[in-house]
Amino acid sequence: MPQILLPAMSPTMEEGTLAKWLVAVGDVVKPGDVIAEIETDKATMELEADDGGTVTALLVAAGAEGVKVGTPIIAIAGEDEAEAPAPAAPAATPAPVAAPAPAPAAAPVTTPEAATGPTRRQTVREALRDAMAEEMRADGTVFVMGEEVAEYQGAYKVTQGLLEEFGPARVIDTPITEYGFAGLGTGAAMGGLKPIVEFMTFNFAMQAIDHIINSAAKTLYMSGGQMRCPIVFRGPNGAASRVAAQHSQNFGPWYASVPGLIVIAPYSADDAKGLLKAAIRSPDPVVFLENELLYGQSFDVPDGEHVVPIGKARVVRAGSDVTLVSYSIGVGVALAAADTLAADGISAEVIDLRTLRPLDRASVLASLKKTNRLVVVEEGWPTCSIASEIMAICMEDGFDDLDAPVLRVTNADVPLPYAANLEKAALVKAEDVVSAARAVCYR
Amino acid sequence: MWAPSATFYTGLSRQRKVKHLARSPGSKAASAPKKGDWPRPHEPERFVASREQLLDMYRQMVLIRRFEERAGQLYGMGQIGGFCHLYIGQEAVVVGMQAELSRGDSIITGYRDHGHMLACGIDAKAVMAELTGRAAGISRGKGGSMHMFSVEHGFYGGHGIVAAQVPLGAGLAFAHKYRNDGHIAVTYFGDGASNQGQVYEAFNMAELWTLPVIFIIENNQYAMGTSVNRASAEDQLYRRGESFRVPGLQVDGMDVLAVRGAAKQAIEWVRGGKGPLLLEMKTYRYRGHSMSDPAKYRSREEVQAMREKSDPIEGLKHEIIEAGHADEAALKAIDREVREVVAEAADFALEAPEPALAELTTDVLLGTY
Repeated sequence: MPQILLPAMSPTMEEGTLAKWLVAVGDVVKPGDVIAEIETDKATMELEADDGGTVTALLVAAGAEGVKVGTPIIAIAGEDEAEAPAPAAPAATPAPVAAPAPAPAAAPVTTPEAATGPTRRQTVREALRDAMAEEMRADGTVFVMGEEVAEYQGAYKVTQGLLEEFGPARVIDTPITEYGFAGLGTGAAMGGLKPIVEFMTFNFAMQAIDHIINSAAKTLYMSGGQMRCPIVFRGPNGAASRVAAQHSQNFGPWYASVPGLIVIAPYSADDAKGLLKAAIRSPDPVVFLENELLYGQSFDVPDGEHVVPIGKARVVRAGSDVTLVSYSIGVGVALAAADTLAADGISAEVIDLRTLRPLDRASVLASLKKTNRLVVVEEGWPTCSIASEIMAICMEDGFDDLDAPVLRVTNADVPLPYAANLEKAALVKAEDVVSAARAVCYR
Repeated sequence: MWAPSATFYTGLSRQRKVKHLARSPGSKAASAPKKGDWPRPHEPERFVASREQLLDMYRQMVLIRRFEERAGQLYGMGQIGGFCHLYIGQEAVVVGMQAELSRGDSIITGYRDHGHMLACGIDAKAVMAELTGRAAGISRGKGGSMHMFSVEHGFYGGHGIVAAQVPLGAGLAFAHKYRNDGHIAVTYFGDGASNQGQVYEAFNMAELWTLPVIFIIENNQYAMGTSVNRASAEDQLYRRGESFRVPGLQVDGMDVLAVRGAAKQAIEWVRGGKGPLLLEMKTYRYRGHSMSDPAKYRSREEVQAMREKSDPIEGLKHEIIEAGHADEAALKAIDREVREVVAEAADFALEAPEPALAELTTDVLLGTY
């Protein structure tokens, strides 16, 4: 009997909630009828029947959470097979193949500097939303603009609920016009407001990069300190999942090379919240690089007011044999590698840079002094990268502490391919980090 | 009586006659496209100025002219470096516009910005000292000719990237509307900038959100060396907002009273909450695009004809004398006074010290991280 499997409804969807059945056993459905509502990590979607027939079984109960993509959820007998025994034919209709997300799973985080107060479990997405909402409550000049940020509740649901609370004057849907609205936001910042400009992804910010760099970053200097430009450009950065070359790029090194900008790329939800709040309060222009694959990952976030200082790295895991330096999603890769290394008796210290400009050289050098070996882990290209910069810092100021050359583990130096196997081969992997760490430890 | 030359316009715009010229009411284009039915302002009337207003505008235009001439000389002497774009010939545009704006309104323009700053009331010494790269310059010597700002005077630059100021200006207007402070933004750009895509992104959002902004195209006929009709499929630039329902008016930018009349009406429209407006100011620059431009793309005769027949300063001077508001001697006295101001600014700019080396690393970021 044909079954419908839970389809992947976005490139990064791995599971969903079966919010509601709109059909019952015995109902006759026509092709195109809506049979269920599915909540994904981004939105509530309607699931339609591709073929007509009679519903013979609901295989997943309404309200079921965490239903994996590819799970059979309903059985519908075709018109000419009603009452027939289950056919041996392969499952009909949207034969969805669970997209094997190349995303590194969130590794268990041991945080030496973990907050002492009460915390709660939150996704990065919720933490970012809370950061914006709290700052908008505190400061009437803060507003958010971008594509689909208001009525759609955010292309990635990061701005969910903001329109309802703050209204259309402060949560503003823009046309698809990155160059224009980045410029308009920058002008509003020059005029005394504190805009948060969301790019649906940073890939599209390339159309707007002139305003980020020439208009926002240089204004204070060019005006001899007269004119400030307090603006936050934020959105997902780096590779997502199977969206290929034009939608998968890490711009961290680009922006981090520009004096006059602050560049932040957090990994965990608590840092995402605390750093976004700091970014909004900063009198300087900030590029805030999020990661789509991290949006749905959960972390402990301190209750109440939580602001993380800009420009300070974090020791995510203490260790003594080798230092793994990373940022954004690369931190998860480094933590996974550290687990493997620990099983082999190698103690890895993991440093999350958190801010890419200004870079916390002191934390990197302090860890190097302790371990004498260092590997940089970066979800991005190797050439002229943050990894290159860290290696230069180690040469310039940590040379005497080095017992081995610094190595970098990055994405392959190619545009990101689409095919699942090629994509996997191109992206930074924990096993390569493990190999590099062993190499610098000569083990 | 002095009058703007009709041949100037038709000679440069594919023989099309100009619409909306306040002083040539009979020259309407025969086959103008049908206009959309959205609201648009009336034809502006030429401003009727008092004696005091006339003399003040005269003084300001002469100040810009003499300042720019002196800047050109200092450039020739090697005292001003890099790019230096002079405003000579276009003085009526900014003087006529600024005369009608209020304190608290925001102004933004491109790199041909010295005139705008003087018209905003910014001290000539601080501008000239910026051109010579001195610590006393308005940007402490870190900006130069193209990058000057005065938040105090509502002057938001001074931007070196062609057309970047257009969405920035829309953003200044957005801030006024957000605060509901009753002020407006004026964003000046050239005929060259009018072909940049971001201009239309800004038009779209400005109209969509009814932003209080006046877009002013200072059409000086040449985008560096390329004449308008070699670069623009629609060379009647005041029509460039129509696809976005931004109404446009064409104004004789060589006549300060025509500009001021249009300014008055445009400001009333925009301040009244009716959304953005586009003004195309037909003007002309006498000098090259920048100091290093030999201007071989136009004839000497063309420039000479403009200077003789359409000069905004000579035109106003003639009118003041004709109307009996002042005699030649009184205007000469203003000229002398302006020369002194400019000479003083130049001396100051040459004598002021360069920035301290410690200034190299200040003003990069405001916060401490």
